[in-house]
Amino acid sequence: MASGAVAEAHHEHPPYQRHHFETVDQQFDATNFAMWLFLLTEIMFFGGLFTSYLIMRNWYYPAFVEGSHQLSIFWGTANTAVLIISSFTMAMGVWSAEMRRKGLLVFFLCVTFVLGLAFLGIKSIEYHEKWVKHHVPGFHYSASSFLDPASDPEVYKEYHDKPLQPDMAQKTEMYFFLYFAMTGMHALHMIIGISILGYMIFRARQGTYTTGHVTFVENFGLYWHFVDIVWIFLYPLLYLISRY
Amino acid sequence: MSENSSGSQHEQQEHEHHIVSPLTYLAILIALLCATALTAGMSYIDLGEWHIAPGLTLFWNPVVALAIACTKMTLVILFFMHVKYSPKLTKLTVMAGFFIFLALIGMTMTDYFSRAWGRW
Repeated sequence: MASGAVAEAHHEHPPYQRHHFETVDQQFDATNFAMWLFLLTEIMFFGGLFTSYLIMRNWYYPAFVEGSHQLSIFWGTANTAVLIISSFTMAMGVWSAEMRRKGLLVFFLCVTFVLGLAFLGIKSIEYHEKWVKHHVPGFHYSASSFLDPASDPEVYKEYHDKPLQPDMAQKTEMYFFLYFAMTGMHALHMIIGISILGYMIFRARQGTYTTGHVTFVENFGLYWHFVDIVWIFLYPLLYLISRY
Repeated sequence: MSENSSGSQHEQQEHEHHIVSPLTYLAILIALLCATALTAGMSYIDLGEWHIAPGLTLFWNPVVALAIACTKMTLVILFFMHVKYSPKLTKLTVMAGFFIFLALIGMTMTDYFSRAWGRW
């Protein structure tokens, strides 16, 4: 071929393949590896929060038990189910992109989007209750539910918590600080994820991801599942401390 | 260099993209939901404690809760995140991440546990 030199320098490839990758598979493997490296930094980021939780829980265990009793096990379990189902629909979205089925991909991305919003909705119900009961750390924090558990009849009738000593009762603020820091950081990841999902739904409707270009959907899926895994640990650690 | 020889070279080097079936995803979903129900149920049962040494007690409830959470995480990583079907490089990366995470937590905890031994 006369144009052989030109063809080698600028050989044919799908529009979504970057020039510096030799094949689509190579591009997939390289970006997939990069995504995992990003997730490792995320493990370290949440790891700091989990470590401080572990230390504080060991020091102020009674405060953590009674603080945990303030959380609704119903909403917590419901949110875990919502997030796990959203992980499933996201995985199905990746499958739809791999099978090049545009309608299904848009459908599964939309369901994931709605489930993500449902998670945040439930979280805001819980946050609102903490706000009303003055359990948000700060100037308006009140430890009265822990100094005198009987003053909080809804929780008292289920757990019959004993009054905490004033210094330990004050440490419940540390529990709620970690609760808001950890679930807040998780919620921030959800908000970022939902925003990217909105963009992906827009692009998927144009058929961007159903021409063999699954890299973006696959890597976003990794992010979404990672956020799910963080919640899988937050749920038992924050909600299920000594419920018996 | 002809196109053919470089093509076959890549086929040998690179990983074939594996598509996980929806049935596998469905099975994992059901397993994850069952594990969630199990961990919620277990939290209502007092599993007791183990007095290892004076001032050092291991409660079984959080151990079981974390074991269930780790199982759920493993299912999500292996199947939803396709690590079971990924190249060795990905598997190594994931394991290295968890190893460093556990090493950092472990070393921090040895410090915290031993500094005020028995005083808290």
